[in-house]
Amino acid sequence: MKAGLITEARRHGEERDFLRTYVFTSDHKMIGRQYFFLSLAAVLVGAWLSLLMRIHIVWPKTAIPFFGEIKPENYLAYLTMHGTLMVFFVLSMVPQNGFGTFFLPLQLGASEMSFPRLNMIGFWTALLSFFVLMAAFFVPGGPSGAGWTQYPPLSAIALAGPGQALGTDLWLVSIGLFCLASIMSAVNFVATTVTRRAPGMAMMRMPLTCWTWFVTAILILLAFGVLVAAVIMLLLDRHAGTSFFVPGGLLVSGKPVEHSGGSPLLWQHLFWFFGHPEVYIAILPAMGVTSHLLATFARKPVFGYKAMVGATIAIGALGFMVWGHHMFASGMDPHAGFAFSSLTTAIAVPSAVKTFNWVGTLYGGRIRYTTPLLFSVGFVSLFITGGLTGPLLAQPALDVYLHDTYFVVAHFHLIMAMAGLFAIFAATYFWFPKMFGRRMNERLGRLHFCLTLFGAYATFMPMHLLGIAGHPRRYSELTGVQYVTAMLPLQRFITLAAIVTLAAQLIFLFNLFWSLRKGAAAEANPWQCTSLEWTLPSPAPPDGFAARQPAVNHGPYEYLPGTESIEDFVMQDAPAS
Amino acid sequence: MAVALRIALGLITVGCIVLFISHPIWFPAGVSAQSAPLDHNFRVAFWVLGALFVVGQLVLIWVLVKPGTDREPKKNWYGNGRLEIAWTLAIAAIFLWFHLSGNRLWSNISSHHSVADAVQVEVTGVQFQWYFRYPGPDRRFGRVDAQRFARADEGNPLGIDPADGAGKDDIVSSALVLPAGRNVELVLRAQDVVHSLFIPAMRFKQDTVPGMEIHSHLLPTQVGNYEIACAELCGLGHYRMRAVVRVVSEEEFEKWLRAEASQ
Repeated sequence: MKAGLITEARRHGEERDFLRTYVFTSDHKMIGRQYFFLSLAAVLVGAWLSLLMRIHIVWPKTAIPFFGEIKPENYLAYLTMHGTLMVFFVLSMVPQNGFGTFFLPLQLGASEMSFPRLNMIGFWTALLSFFVLMAAFFVPGGPSGAGWTQYPPLSAIALAGPGQALGTDLWLVSIGLFCLASIMSAVNFVATTVTRRAPGMAMMRMPLTCWTWFVTAILILLAFGVLVAAVIMLLLDRHAGTSFFVPGGLLVSGKPVEHSGGSPLLWQHLFWFFGHPEVYIAILPAMGVTSHLLATFARKPVFGYKAMVGATIAIGALGFMVWGHHMFASGMDPHAGFAFSSLTTAIAVPSAVKTFNWVGTLYGGRIRYTTPLLFSVGFVSLFITGGLTGPLLAQPALDVYLHDTYFVVAHFHLIMAMAGLFAIFAATYFWFPKMFGRRMNERLGRLHFCLTLFGAYATFMPMHLLGIAGHPRRYSELTGVQYVTAMLPLQRFITLAAIVTLAAQLIFLFNLFWSLRKGAAAEANPWQCTSLEWTLPSPAPPDGFAARQPAVNHGPYEYLPGTESIEDFVMQDAPAS
Repeated sequence: MAVALRIALGLITVGCIVLFISHPIWFPAGVSAQSAPLDHNFRVAFWVLGALFVVGQLVLIWVLVKPGTDREPKKNWYGNGRLEIAWTLAIAAIFLWFHLSGNRLWSNISSHHSVADAVQVEVTGVQFQWYFRYPGPDRRFGRVDAQRFARADEGNPLGIDPADGAGKDDIVSSALVLPAGRNVELVLRAQDVVHSLFIPAMRFKQDTVPGMEIHSHLLPTQVGNYEIACAELCGLGHYRMRAVVRVVSEEEFEKWLRAEASQ
């Protein structure tokens, strides 16, 4: 009887330990892993949707094995969910909330974030937001079909289409929750960076990853606050009789709409005031990762560290002044086009500085061709390719023609989605040992890289041509407009390229899950990297640095010239010489 | 792996060059006054940015080719202030020039300039149909109230107020008929959600926004039929919201107007 009670109590205690360790945990490392796997779930759904869309465009009548035929109304729902999942739950989440939550404190020499419980609440809010979004698949009418930009009145009036009723409400609630989660996390990032740096870790000694996480957190605080206001206003328009975004006199599906005095353009201004900084929220941490990894694997310091910090801040600041370049064709006063065009072109300068310095970092380095290095070089290549169409689209007259065509789809998929994804892959291969204590398979990693690089270019380069020829985006079928129908062959090629690219991601998934269980055990510092997380054993222990408070004596990228030995680097906390 | 990476980047660069030089599809032939200057700016942008693309990728390949040496000069180890400033200024100069030429084009293109005696056409986007209204012989558009009067099945899809005399002679067409060589003022409206009037051959695009009346200008230069597509997601039928622009000679246009007005 007594023994039974003890076992019962012990079992109970173990259950509590399990919950405290893996589920309701305030350990930033576990929360980082939770974000990582949440994003993984989101990217699987998002990628699957893109596959369905690509197939539907070119073979609309083909039934997919185990899935069935895709109905026309499904296409717009998939499009909306694909964009929402990928932008919010993947490109914004992994680089910042996933890797940032895990590694920002460690790279700063701290064992915890400033507000550990807020960190936990932030993750649970993000998870709830994900479930609310997914619930739209199971309600009458399905998910919203208004795109991730949700322009009203389409998004404001339930009559305007299938999915514009409950599906849109769920979208708005989900994004509102996501904003709150992001703000909670960003507050933590800012506070941690400002107050938790180890002795000697001056701001200008922080790895560039920390700089980009820090600047991104500030962008999140400023941008997501606006989006949360906008989604609340749209919800009020839909259910509380307000008219922020809906003007008077509308007739939708033959029925009068009882609103008056609202402005659809107000939503566009609010949305893009968030939406453009959002692009940098996604890509700045990716840039930080790339800088960090290129230095590590070229065995050289980051070329022009100060310029990199300056460019990060400049991109973040300018990012708030360019939202109007999404609206050159919107009916906004054409005079505003001059200002937005100037500021947009100005962003190209700090972006070019970064590119130059990445190339400068590689120059003359003793490059170690590991998988993370390959993906980082892929990032630079894609960033050049996708970035160069930016100044072109910044010319209002050219943008008006190319706006809402596949040219823009090609531009942002290369610069944001593909470049962002390459940085995410690089970071995964790089930090996997520290996160999970094992190493990923290099050979599979290289294969994955090659197929993905060719696949990304083969999928998105031809889309520029579709846009130049005037193919509007968000067309569920090509049969409605004759000149669009004529582009079917190129669209078919793109679908085939997309299928191959997506199939190649199975190699990554296999590598990831196989390495989690069977990968070779990782030593503390397998890449001979200088930053503080590598002073800890792999995987990083739950209590971080524990009682040992690291003292920082060196800059972040002390790689030494002229030494062939393995000791060609100085850890940041090595004793001052 | 080093060699494989360089070859991969090289192949991609060559592939992109071949794709764009051969370009299986391209702009439709331009048939409006703003087509030529716009195409010119695009061509310049294409060659300047295309060259930067090739140079960028080649430099990336080149730094991967260049082996690290043990006698690495220490002076460029952490950066090179002069080089960085020079590069920044150079790229800023290219983009500034590029940007100024873009601004010149934006202020010159005809869509912003109202011209006296332009042909007036009102464009209305409705899920998933375009309507084009001409003011008729009195040169005045009748008042519209879609909520009260719009009946598509009774021949009044826009809801022209029957009590307004100016609306009696208005012509509503499902095709945009325009005279070649004359300035056209489009008055763009939307009845339900945001649409976008996109005429690729005329290099013309303008969103139509509910609650707004947007004035835009166009000068068709060549007789022929050209397609209109909707370029702003407007719902289920977005992909088939198509119409045709019929550009005819001036005499034919007047004849068409008279025939429509007498109906």
